[in-house]
Amino acid sequence: MPPRINTSLLKRLTEACAVSGDEGSIREIVLEQIKSHVDDVQVDALGNVLATKRGKGKHRPRVMLAAHMDEVGFMIIYDDGDGLFRFDTVGGLDKRQLVGKPVWVGADRVPGVIGTKPIHLTTSNERSRAISVESLRIDVGPNNGGKVNVGDRATFATQFQRIGKSIRAKAIDDRIGVTMLIELIKHAPTNIDLQAAFTVQEEVGLRGARVAAYALEPDLAIALDSTPAMDLPRWDGEENIRYNTKLGFGPAIYVADGATLSDPRLINHLQETGQANGIPYQLRQPGGGGTDACAIQRSREGVPAVSVSVPARYIHTAASIARVDDWRNTLSLLYAALSRLSVDTLARIT
Amino acid sequence: MKSLIEKLTQTPGPPGHENQIRQVVEAEITEYADEIRVDNLGNLIARKGTKSERGKRIMLAAHMDEIGVIATHIDENGFIRFTNIGGVMPRYAPGGRVRFLDGTPGVIGTEKIESSYKVPPLGKMYIDIGVSSQKECPIEVGDVAIFERPLTEMGDCLVSKAMDDRVSVAIMIEAMKKLKGSPHEIYFVFSVQEEVGVRGATTAAFGVDPEVGLAIDVTRTGDTPKGITMEVSLGAGPAIKVKDSGMISDPRVVDWMVSTAQKAKIPYQLEVLERGGTDARAIQLTRSGVPAGCLSIPCRYIHSPSEMVDYNDVENALNLLLALLKNPITLA
Repeated sequence: MPPRINTSLLKRLTEACAVSGDEGSIREIVLEQIKSHVDDVQVDALGNVLATKRGKGKHRPRVMLAAHMDEVGFMIIYDDGDGLFRFDTVGGLDKRQLVGKPVWVGADRVPGVIGTKPIHLTTSNERSRAISVESLRIDVGPNNGGKVNVGDRATFATQFQRIGKSIRAKAIDDRIGVTMLIELIKHAPTNIDLQAAFTVQEEVGLRGARVAAYALEPDLAIALDSTPAMDLPRWDGEENIRYNTKLGFGPAIYVADGATLSDPRLINHLQETGQANGIPYQLRQPGGGGTDACAIQRSREGVPAVSVSVPARYIHTAASIARVDDWRNTLSLLYAALSRLSVDTLARIT
Repeated sequence: MKSLIEKLTQTPGPPGHENQIRQVVEAEITEYADEIRVDNLGNLIARKGTKSERGKRIMLAAHMDEIGVIATHIDENGFIRFTNIGGVMPRYAPGGRVRFLDGTPGVIGTEKIESSYKVPPLGKMYIDIGVSSQKECPIEVGDVAIFERPLTEMGDCLVSKAMDDRVSVAIMIEAMKKLKGSPHEIYFVFSVQEEVGVRGATTAAFGVDPEVGLAIDVTRTGDTPKGITMEVSLGAGPAIKVKDSGMISDPRVVDWMVSTAQKAKIPYQLEVLERGGTDARAIQLTRSGVPAGCLSIPCRYIHSPSEMVDYNDVENALNLLLALLKNPITLA
């Protein structure tokens, strides 16, 4: 039975605080969700959740699916007293867009705000410049100051919302991958051995996936992720030629990013699957960036790898927007592609 | 070897799409290899010889891929926007001819130039294939093209696109053909995806698990008007790499290469390359570490469509490689 998208699970996942290196709250949800559906599950030394769901019959390819549990965010680095804390960013964040955002600190989500000087007191010169992270503070108030420690992580405090055909949330990158991987485990096709890797520390350099791939030794791998959609109209009415992906055009299949040239056999397999099943898909514009596929592809003697992402606007900010249809179609494409995988899919590279 | 170099440089092989060049190389080496395999990334790995008591397991690597471009968007009027795969330099791009892997030719144009002192980035360039609408354009997002330029002889020099690193591929093929009675088990690795970050050599080195590693690749020169400061010159012999920005050669490997060159009376130069890296880095860092070095072919105008080498350097590099592989190796 094909898997279905699970909105309440995505809500739980996106509202958890799990910045790189501190993925415990997501790991807990993942373990709770998959435990009764897998043949084997372990948490490795770095904190990756590695689970295997074995299929039936002979010649089952070992397929690693990776989705990263961590998100970009902040780390508390110094206690200034009175509930004020200095912090640094973790992962790729545009430092111009932090000011004035409410945050949650730690797994218990102590509420706070990245405070700034009100406009009443600023000069026009100050307003024309971005404020450096060094001069920003997270303010949780004096009563909660004792609940926050140096080293704690913090995230934007954004509630998940379904808005018609869209979802708005923080950390869609990559909790949407995590939900899809959970649902694929629960409804795993039996022609493969599914090796699920819920990885850590992707946002700081694909660190979890590196050791996960070494341990799992898969025959092939797909990274499930989220990628920017910059499909808004241009201010000057010119044709937008640099959108990366577009909302509503289906799952984004990677051909080339800054870290990986996808395996041509797997690109073809995904495209053929989409065409055969009437599932829309788009090719992500070749360019920069990187996913867990990079670390997996270069593991040991090499692993054929590709990435598939759900497009989302404004990722790595306080709130991103994705389309429910893209999410659903990504899950459908993945399930259909896995179901028709065989050892022949990986006939000698051409 | 010149006609082999010509055949190799003129066969397309952008990163991730090395199938055509791999077929050409495989056809050349089949009868000289004891075993050939293609790994998951597409590296062509050919073994010659078995390890004798005095021999070592050696990995040689020359990369088959060349820099290329990839389509990112086809606009309403059929112009193709693109980005690089590997170190394509914007200043060499405008006016250049490219050819997509399906055979479609194109020319690179630029948007209106704002300042003649500033090279526009690739994002302000496009490929014109002579069609006038998106509908007529046979190219899709993700399609890959290489730069076109025939091989030309100029005095002692050979000039072509993709001399980086087909000249070394040619040297390795010739070495495979000529090498006899080596005590070593030698893996000739024709690697993929070097230009995007030595990716092929990373997985190939893990698979081969060598005791000594050598990359063969081109290196820059410091002998052109107001060029970079660098000791290496065209025509002064193959270069023995001491360091680049990705690797410090194992000093024992450098000594072995230098003393071999001296004994065989082959001219050589020592190379310190301030920017750049080769497959040797991937070999050196695989598993628990491998003594590694690099035999370099001096080359002018690297990553332009007119990469120039001196044929004397090429022949001397082949002779040095053969001399290196003939006898037992003591890394002291």
